[in-house]
Amino acid sequence: MTAGYRYVHDTPALARRHPSRLGLLWSRRTAYLVGAVCIVLCTFALLPIVFAALASIKSPAEAAATPPTYFPQGINLSSYQRLWNFQLGLPRYLMNSLGTAFLSIAMALGVTIPAGYALARYRLPRKEVLFIFLLLGLIIPYQALLTPIFLMFSQLKLTNTLLGLAIIHTHIQLPFSLYVMRNSFEAVPRELDEAAVIDGATSWQVLVRIFLPAVRPAIITVALFAFVTSWNEFLGALVMMNSGASFTFPLVLAANRATTSLGGTDWGVLQAGVTISIVPCVAFYLLLQRYYIAGLTSGAVK
Amino acid sequence: MYSSRRSALVGLAYLAPALVFVGLFTAYPFVQMLWVSLNNWSLIEPPRFVGLENFTRAVGDRQFWVSLGYTLRYALIITPILMVGGYAMALLTATNTPLRRLTRGVVFVPVVIGLGSSSLLWYWLYSPHYGLLNKLLQDLGLIDQPILWLGVDADTSTWAIVLSVVWKVLGFGVILFVAAIQAIPSEINEAAMVDGASAWQRIWRVTLPLTMPTVLLVTLISVIGSLLAFDQFFLMTAGQPRNLTATAVFYVYLNSFPYLKLGYGAALSVILSAIVLSFTIGQVILQRRTRA
Repeated sequence: MTAGYRYVHDTPALARRHPSRLGLLWSRRTAYLVGAVCIVLCTFALLPIVFAALASIKSPAEAAATPPTYFPQGINLSSYQRLWNFQLGLPRYLMNSLGTAFLSIAMALGVTIPAGYALARYRLPRKEVLFIFLLLGLIIPYQALLTPIFLMFSQLKLTNTLLGLAIIHTHIQLPFSLYVMRNSFEAVPRELDEAAVIDGATSWQVLVRIFLPAVRPAIITVALFAFVTSWNEFLGALVMMNSGASFTFPLVLAANRATTSLGGTDWGVLQAGVTISIVPCVAFYLLLQRYYIAGLTSGAVK
Repeated sequence: MYSSRRSALVGLAYLAPALVFVGLFTAYPFVQMLWVSLNNWSLIEPPRFVGLENFTRAVGDRQFWVSLGYTLRYALIITPILMVGGYAMALLTATNTPLRRLTRGVVFVPVVIGLGSSSLLWYWLYSPHYGLLNKLLQDLGLIDQPILWLGVDADTSTWAIVLSVVWKVLGFGVILFVAAIQAIPSEINEAAMVDGASAWQRIWRVTLPLTMPTVLLVTLISVIGSLLAFDQFFLMTAGQPRNLTATAVFYVYLNSFPYLKLGYGAALSVILSAIVLSFTIGQVILQRRTRA
């Protein structure tokens, strides 16, 4: 602190820029201004979600009122009830979505954990070429591959199956997951696994006993992103799941745009669906914020 | 263990699931896409080889050009907004005071929800008679009649969708920018301060150049994401009016799936992939140059 002050006195330019009392006033004003902007930004980010949640608890008459009301007159859960009974029933669709998400997590981890181990610790022939091949998904957008994948899956009878959709979701997340996993394996100190090898551990034992605990954050990150991607993904599901029984939740949401007898929208049901779809995403974000940020910065920066 | 030839085989065995997965579900479909694009292919009839006919047809297909042009325009509108807005917000919140930390965290909330969910949420907010946006603007006395935000006028629809997507993804860039800004050694900023650089000069001469790789990366992610946009258009305008807001992926989807012109859809996919790839390559070259 004192050293800093000495600098200020030595440097005329800085001294000019901070005339004591005026400067303090100015910096306090900027602080208030920044605070105000922050509050506006938070409001802008949260308000639509809050209004959607509020709209989902309006009574049917209020949800269909025009002009609309900002706040519900009371708590009425009938929109959720109607959503619960939508076509084959909400549980069916939620199970489809959750089943797909868990298969995606399992596949993403099953593929990237051993791959991260191999890339970080084994001397492989043409390793760089292999790595670029594995990141092929970065170069070819999956949206473009949906046509051939659809053809392949209709031959393999994988359309309208959770496994088929989970494969697509794993494919979307694979380059990111692989990157995170390899970096995490590489960051484990070599002494740890070398010591285990000297003690006679097999490569499998080294992976399970040494690496799995050490790369736990990467496992959580990969699982988290696999879940969120799968839970939210729309286009792949739209293409692959064309029978109502196999719909995932985002498809049900889209179908909710036109559900009243006149082909109009039941706005209460639509916002109830939006609210339910948001809940797990926000819950995981609040619980695992650290992994979100770490995943994004480590997966994206290189 | 880590050097013998046997260990290379063990390593390949660990890599095998990933290699098989990418081979089956990325490389094979990619080759298949190239092959299908040279055929007339629907699920009903057997495929017929037609050479480059699908590609010449694409050149003369007016709707394809409309979709491609529209998608480029969308990318050109939204990317600068995301970059400038995101960077400004990152500069504002990069220091770790509780309020700024909170703001960063809160602005990221829309990023974690699904694009489908956010599109349907905004679809409701934009609804002419049931939505809150027109209600708010009328209560504030800014408009007399409800505005038809989506699906009637192409420009209005585009700006409405842009606003909803900015809301949805702005926080993504902010997180990466803040990480990059915080990684700048504080000595550099202190040295610039000692030399009498104003806050503005420090941003232009120190912060921005040192975070350039991240800026380029986020630009690339935003451009590619916009070029491949689908959900928000499918759900909010369904391509209306007159397919003027049908993006490139939307048009590929229409040809491949409802119309089942799989060969033509694949040809369009090949063209779209080539465009996206050219942006990636351009970006990589630019990135190399800024690093050197």
